[in-house]
Amino acid sequence: MQTVKVQSEDFDAGALTRALSAGRTDIGAVATFVGLVRGAADGVQEMTLEHYPGMTEKALAEIADEACQRWHLMAVSVVHRVGALLPGEQIVYVGVAAAHRGEAFAACEFVMDYLKTRAPFWKKEQTAQGGHWVDARDTDDEAAARWDEVEMRR
Amino acid sequence: MKLTVLYFASLRELLGQARETLELPDAVDSIGALRATLSARGEAWGRLAPGHNVRAAVNQVMASDAARIGDGDEIAFFPPVTGG
Repeated sequence: MQTVKVQSEDFDAGALTRALSAGRTDIGAVATFVGLVRGAADGVQEMTLEHYPGMTEKALAEIADEACQRWHLMAVSVVHRVGALLPGEQIVYVGVAAAHRGEAFAACEFVMDYLKTRAPFWKKEQTAQGGHWVDARDTDDEAAARWDEVEMRR
Repeated sequence: MKLTVLYFASLRELLGQARETLELPDAVDSIGALRATLSARGEAWGRLAPGHNVRAAVNQVMASDAARIGDGDEIAFFPPVTGG
């Protein structure tokens, strides 16, 4: 089961996580990640997320597909918000269900690393100095690239 | 050949437009050739020339400069992505 959503509304991480294993008894591990808008320390007052409607959903579905090819997964769920968000608000949810924790942890991290470098979202931060577009970070490319070396699923 | 070209994020703001429809000669048959055509408009459009870290997509799939383009395609140019 794969679910991919792009929405402006907030999400209920608990409900999304319960849905991953609802009605099943073959799942032994669920790993989740929730990304939040980091504000105070960086002086960010508001963040606006722009995306490329159509391509975004396709790119997220492809990333979920690739995770399912690399690991034996029972469910993958990705929710990404767009529009104006305030510090502390949730931006992104990734949930992965598998038989064992190793696959769940790895696949969850993989989906986030690929999302950061392949899904067409752009962040604009608003600070007291005005608005500016967030620069892509080399460390995100490096995080995604390390999966190139990881052995594919047996 | 008719193309729809989309611009996103900082590039959209820099160029002052989000989308346009272009009628181009068939010789403009790759992303690289389209970049050359658009950057020749001068000023801010120079950002589409090589070396400015602007990415491209053809029909909503990431594409290199060598990617072929044709009539009816949806092309997009945008800065490196920063979601998550």
